[in-house]
Amino acid sequence: MKLYLKVWRQEHKESKGNMVNYEVDGISAHMSFLEMLDLLNERLIGKGERVIEFDHDCREGICGACGMMINGRAHGPLTGTTTCQLHMRGFKDGETVYIEPFRATAFPVLRDLKIDRSAFDHIIQSGGYISASTGQAPESNSIPIAHEVTEAAFDAAACIGCGACVATCKNSSAALFTSAKISHLVLLPQGKLESADRVIKMVGQMDAEGFGHCSNTEACEVECPQEISVLHIGRMNYEYNKALLLKK
Amino acid sequence: MKQATLTYKLMMAATGLFLCFFLVIHLLGNLQLLLPESEAREQFNWYSHLLSGNILIKIISYILYLSLIGHAVYALIITRKNIAANGSKYVYDKRSQVSAWNSRNMGILGTIILIFLIIHFKDYWYVYKFGHLPLDAKGNKDLYSIVITSFQQGWYIIIYELSFIALGFHLLHGFFSASRTLGLYHPKYSGAVRVFGWVYSLAITLGFMLIPIYIYFNLNAL
Repeated sequence: MKLYLKVWRQEHKESKGNMVNYEVDGISAHMSFLEMLDLLNERLIGKGERVIEFDHDCREGICGACGMMINGRAHGPLTGTTTCQLHMRGFKDGETVYIEPFRATAFPVLRDLKIDRSAFDHIIQSGGYISASTGQAPESNSIPIAHEVTEAAFDAAACIGCGACVATCKNSSAALFTSAKISHLVLLPQGKLESADRVIKMVGQMDAEGFGHCSNTEACEVECPQEISVLHIGRMNYEYNKALLLKK
Repeated sequence: MKQATLTYKLMMAATGLFLCFFLVIHLLGNLQLLLPESEAREQFNWYSHLLSGNILIKIISYILYLSLIGHAVYALIITRKNIAANGSKYVYDKRSQVSAWNSRNMGILGTIILIFLIIHFKDYWYVYKFGHLPLDAKGNKDLYSIVITSFQQGWYIIIYELSFIALGFHLLHGFFSASRTLGLYHPKYSGAVRVFGWVYSLAITLGFMLIPIYIYFNLNAL
């Protein structure tokens, strides 16, 4: 099949970018979206042009590295899918496809479709951990945890940090990401111990990175490849309000 | 302490919920307009007089003014920060496919309500407080006549009805959103609050919408 692509090209962080048109012929319906871009890049190399740069790693939908706006939607038109798991059979022959990087002030574009998501790392570094002395791994059954609790914590931990929630949010809020990390830890007995301190620090860092407010439109839950529930945002707010009230 | 995004939202939720509570009281008071005309006039004027004289009501009314101003000012601050957080716009944007339009346009709906409130305050609140009104048989200011007279004009009713629709959509998202900001995360109760929000918004909106229409078709100006 043949597609008419409009791709965001930008030289570097400070330069102004623009949409560039490409006609791509000979696309197989079995290709993933990234493989379609690989095909285009091969041809660009053949012509001696600079390739379109984009983030990718595992290409099996579990790492969270890839992510772009495809036809105005984060990770493309499907819900619950990463860009690498989007296949060309979902597109029609002769269709025009717009490809842009995820946009937010906190996610500066480095080049083309590649963005800097260090802001997420800073949020994790600010409190997304459990303080523990190093040494031998403790006996795993010494702290009993109910099965539903581990499952609920794991549902939150499934967040791969791809940034689709921020990209799709009308306010570029990182509430879903941050709340998933907070929820994941606060559900477990080891994580509960530092919950107040953690939520204050992580929310503070989220703000410092320049993310917006959560308006509860719930678009993030729809676009999240891991289908992280917006109820985690409610839990983050609960933990935050509790910490504010009880803080000395 | 430096305010966090979440504390800004807490202010929005607290002021918003107080305004939600006020709407219930306001609607219940206004429903007196639906009584038979002979009873409605004295009852409504007496009620208006009661509200304007009571010290408790006075305190609550100041909280109300503060809530209104606070809700609008915080909304402005939040919107400005959100625009800054968005940075450059998407060239092709279809993100609206995955959320409800009223949840994305609370600012526009709120602005419509604010413009309505300016008209509403000017025509009743200002007139009652600072204007010279005739008195009814019991010696209370005759606000009832002012209300009945103003709702004889079709265009005036249209302004009211459109504003109530905007209010309804604003409440529909706002009520539930406030519950989440306050930290309700239990799936069962979160769902229940959403249903309650629907019922509440519908009751408030339809209740307010009914009154001008009822007056227009059933009562004549004196």
